[in-house]
Amino acid sequence: MTAPLAVFFVLAGLAVIGAVSLILQKHPIHSALSLIVVMVALAGLYLLLGAEFVAAVQIIVYGGAIMVLFVFVIMLINLDVSLHQVQFNRQWWLGLLLALVLGAQLTVAIAVGRSGLPLGEPAPATMLEPSTQLVGRVLFSEYMLPFEIASILLLVAMIGAVVMAKKKV
Amino acid sequence: MIPTSHYLFLSLGLFTIGVIGVVTRRNVIIILMSIELMLNAVNINLVAFSRLVGSAEGHVFAIFVITDAAAEAAVGLGIIIAFFRNRETLLGDEMDLLKW
Repeated sequence: MTAPLAVFFVLAGLAVIGAVSLILQKHPIHSALSLIVVMVALAGLYLLLGAEFVAAVQIIVYGGAIMVLFVFVIMLINLDVSLHQVQFNRQWWLGLLLALVLGAQLTVAIAVGRSGLPLGEPAPATMLEPSTQLVGRVLFSEYMLPFEIASILLLVAMIGAVVMAKKKV
Repeated sequence: MIPTSHYLFLSLGLFTIGVIGVVTRRNVIIILMSIELMLNAVNINLVAFSRLVGSAEGHVFAIFVITDAAAEAAVGLGIIIAFFRNRETLLGDEMDLLKW
């Protein structure tokens, strides 16, 4: 096993363990900490894929901003009552079954389609060499309009969050 | 070299775990976190395919997905705070104001 493959399996295992822990924890704060583990492991995977900028954004936006928001809200509405309630809903077995069926379907789709797709031969790593520079060039030329729309979306989300969290809705 | 299908299977696993979290948990905050997990699973695919074809466009789309996730988390948590203030509950199956 080569070194990158070993790193991949360590990070992937960390991500999957964190994800399973996320959906099994009783207290939301433990779920949030598990989610941070997943985020950081995925940032490592992005580095492995040569996407330095996405890895940095992942850490800053997900690990920083979004998780602070989650933890802040959990602190704000800390509900001890909810710890003594049933954590899974009544139809959990049906939901679990259907989700596993979905997972099995996707597994079969990838396993069967793998032979038809040119998945084995990645492009040479040098093609994405100054990764951040390339992202900037594509983002500010071809995807200029989506970029501006994304900024408007963030403005709308900010206004929405302020209105929602106001005293009287 | 790591084959792209490894990344696809990892993404598939995380997405399925996210779906399980959404359909089985009662706490809305954990449901929202499971949705974030599903968005992350999509991002792995985008970046892995970007690496496969040697183009930076997948990275750009991954950044857009992260932007949307941030907007969604902000509005979603705002809604949760507003709902909690009115109904004193965090359980998804007790949120039935729109149910006839």
